[in-house]
Amino acid sequence: MKAVDIARRTFLLGATAIAGGLAVGYFVTKPARNPLEQELKPDEVAFAPYVKIGHGNEITIIVPRTEMGQGVHTTLAAYVAEELDVSLEQIKVEGGPVDSAYYNTAVLEELVPFIDFDQGMLAGAARTLKAPTGKLLGIQITAGSTSARDGFERMRYAGAVLRAMLVAAAADEWNADARTFITENGTVIDPTSDYSATYGQLSKRAAKQNVPSNISLKPQSQWKILGKSQPRVDFTEKVTGTAIYGTDWNLPEMLYGAVRLGPGTESLPTRVDEAAAMNVPGVVKIVPIYLPHGTGYGVIATGQYAAFKGAEALAAEWEVPVDPADSTKMNAELKKKLKEPADFVLREEGNTALILADAPRSEIVEAQYSVPFLAHACMEPINAAARLNSGFVEVWTASQAPTILRSLVATHAGVEPENVLIHTTFCGGSFGRRLDSDFALVALEMAKHTEGKPINVVWSRSEDMAHEICRPPAVANMQARIKRRQLPDAVEIEVASPSVLESFMKRSYPDWFWAGSDQMLTAGAHDQPYAIENYRVAAHKCDLAPPVGFWRSNGASFNTFFQECFLDEVAHAGRIDALGMRLRLLAHHPSAIKMLQKVSDMSGWGRDLPDGKGLGLAQTFSFGTWVALVVEVTSKEDQIKIDKVWCAADVGQVMDPRIVESQISSGIVFGFSAAISQEITYKDGAIQERDFDQYEMLRMDQCPDIEIELIDADRPMGGAGEAGTPPAIPALVNAVFSATGKRVRDLPLSRHFKFI
Amino acid sequence: MLMKLNGRWYDVGDDTTMPLLWVLRDKFGLMGTKYACDSATCGACTVTIDGKSELACQKTIAELTGEVQTIEGIGASEELHPVQQAWIDEQVPDCGYCQSGQIMAAVALLAETPSPSDAQINDAMRGNLCRCGTYPRIRAAIKRAAKLLRSGT
Ligand code: FES
Ligand code: FES
Repeated sequence: MKAVDIARRTFLLGATAIAGGLAVGYFVTKPARNPLEQELKPDEVAFAPYVKIGHGNEITIIVPRTEMGQGVHTTLAAYVAEELDVSLEQIKVEGGPVDSAYYNTAVLEELVPFIDFDQGMLAGAARTLKAPTGKLLGIQITAGSTSARDGFERMRYAGAVLRAMLVAAAADEWNADARTFITENGTVIDPTSDYSATYGQLSKRAAKQNVPSNISLKPQSQWKILGKSQPRVDFTEKVTGTAIYGTDWNLPEMLYGAVRLGPGTESLPTRVDEAAAMNVPGVVKIVPIYLPHGTGYGVIATGQYAAFKGAEALAAEWEVPVDPADSTKMNAELKKKLKEPADFVLREEGNTALILADAPRSEIVEAQYSVPFLAHACMEPINAAARLNSGFVEVWTASQAPTILRSLVATHAGVEPENVLIHTTFCGGSFGRRLDSDFALVALEMAKHTEGKPINVVWSRSEDMAHEICRPPAVANMQARIKRRQLPDAVEIEVASPSVLESFMKRSYPDWFWAGSDQMLTAGAHDQPYAIENYRVAAHKCDLAPPVGFWRSNGASFNTFFQECFLDEVAHAGRIDALGMRLRLLAHHPSAIKMLQKVSDMSGWGRDLPDGKGLGLAQTFSFGTWVALVVEVTSKEDQIKIDKVWCAADVGQVMDPRIVESQISSGIVFGFSAAISQEITYKDGAIQERDFDQYEMLRMDQCPDIEIELIDADRPMGGAGEAGTPPAIPALVNAVFSATGKRVRDLPLSRHFKFI
Repeated sequence: MLMKLNGRWYDVGDDTTMPLLWVLRDKFGLMGTKYACDSATCGACTVTIDGKSELACQKTIAELTGEVQTIEGIGASEELHPVQQAWIDEQVPDCGYCQSGQIMAAVALLAETPSPSDAQINDAMRGNLCRCGTYPRIRAAIKRAAKLLRSGT
């Protein structure tokens, strides 16, 4: 990699001496040719330290992203460590404060309605245009599988600059030529004189050095840490029970809270009897909660168990909403919406309508697909702790969007954002759930009644599930034309679903005007690089009563199912091989071809299968990553067992193979759970599934062996956390078809089969 | 009322109706044992009682019949239990929230069945959910731990 002119890259690095050591970070300045630069305010030049070095050579790397299990602490720390020449064993990782200087540009790139595989001019221009907007909003986000990508340059520069300053400090001290110095294990060494000094010894002097204006990063060939699997930095805590999650927070004088909220978000309580709840030993107080996310009561107690018992004992009733959410009705609404004109079309090639209208019926394949609402069902129920003291708010929680959370907390507390301090905890899964901030607002509401004492509010499993902000349902009409033994020459996909972005913006920024196309609605369909002459993907935005939210891989979680299963149907109708068809439709994408061939070799695609066995294939390009899957199942008397999964993935440049593999594997299992048994239903305005036994996920005995091969490719890295989920669902459904001859178009599969 | 926990006796007072999970968390501040469900379906709260795997959310203090061991009792960072070591060697956790329960279930399994088959692993572990889907690595770690335990390391 060549030396990069930092100024042009919009980064300026700086250092300050802090109590007991040195901190290095970077300033975000105006991008060179940024059309929005006049709009930047002076205070948007922020100082954000990434590294602290103590005089005793204690090195701390600040990782401003939330660790949700995706290994982000390890990967981001590795970027700094690589350039700084320290090992991961030598350093400590801290979550760092909430600061808009830690904004995430990559996540905004994902929101741009352009096709991701198109690295061409137009898409590139759109992305650059969009990036500064992210900075203006100052959104610090851990989402869209973007953290590893986003930190790639910034965090390596932080390490490189700090290293250069430490070397310069040593040169000063020894009055020697820095060019011969080497750095290793947190030490600067001068081989000619044999002098050496630890970073800690040099840190004071280093803080006084000029910040180098031109710095080069190590070429890939010299990487010692990146590109290789590293031990995760948080695992000793996680296997000894000492990692502190939000539910585990204990502070002096802390109180504990539980909630009881009504069904839906708008119905008000009509009757409450607090006597039984107040009789529970340990219950201190019952307080009302009125939020855009729901209304009801908070129970404050001296212990978590007492709070739960109190909430359970609380006798309360809520008014029935005028038009309560009901799954059957909402399904009909989605179908009706498909008959109306589309709201936006993000893929339009050729003249699909004409071809389909003119084709003889025998050449037309058509089908309707549907998916239900889905919950995140994180193992750790949502929670947050808060303290409100003389106009100052502290919140302890894990958020995927802490800057948004902070601004919402500030508004609801009636204080300036500067007076809100967010402490980030570990979290037991999020998968998009913690992009919302409802749990923090509830904790804040309850903290208003604790006279300055901190309160940790944990939702019971049933409250957590009852107030899920679900992945929306979707219905799709699919049509294609295929002549026998040829490729399809027309494919049309019409998707009806609520807009997650719109729902999210409305509840997060009620005063903002929000309109426009939400590319997530057809992501996984409009952005797929299939070369089909006549190809149309249209979106029908359908408002439904329940709030909807981000969920691992968002729109791709259903659109990939629609498209990849339907293509399987098309191949079947045209009597052509499903893999062969994809190879031809993706012929212009060498990465896709390589990946498909790899998964074909791994799985022995095309081999003879005994009766009752089936193989299913699906592939997708999402979050900058190609993933192809072959699933093998056995069907016996209407019972299905998943035998084995083969997966080939091209995530671009691989930073930590083991983390990437584990993320993809996790995404696959997540997809299987959704495909097999998960469904959230609404009745009388309320979610019916309130616990894991009503919302099953894959268990140990159902989980197949998953073989993953990564294809290292020389292009910018894609995301790993979500990319496994979209293709896992259709690959399984296609395998079930291959084994049983039954085509399932409505998930979950448990409506039709039992899985063992 | 007295209870034996991680090798020591404690007086837990008179309220014997509290589930063990909350005695551990609320009274002893032992936060390694997790809460995750209301229906005994997740296993996040798994501990061992006299070496057998039990759900701490389902047992009240009054029902206790033996010594309770929690994740904090089996090993610490300087001195990991072989199962914990195997968990690190196989880099099992993702978010980690379910892992105390998974590890305790595995400890109980290996105490009774030193060389478990895949079917025995399925049986012993099917009560422990992992939303992050770390099951393949859990299986590998159990097999590795079995070897470590057999070789006495
Ligand atoms: S918390 Fe005990 S089984 Fe879920
Ligand atoms: S590691 Fe996250 S739930 Fe198991």
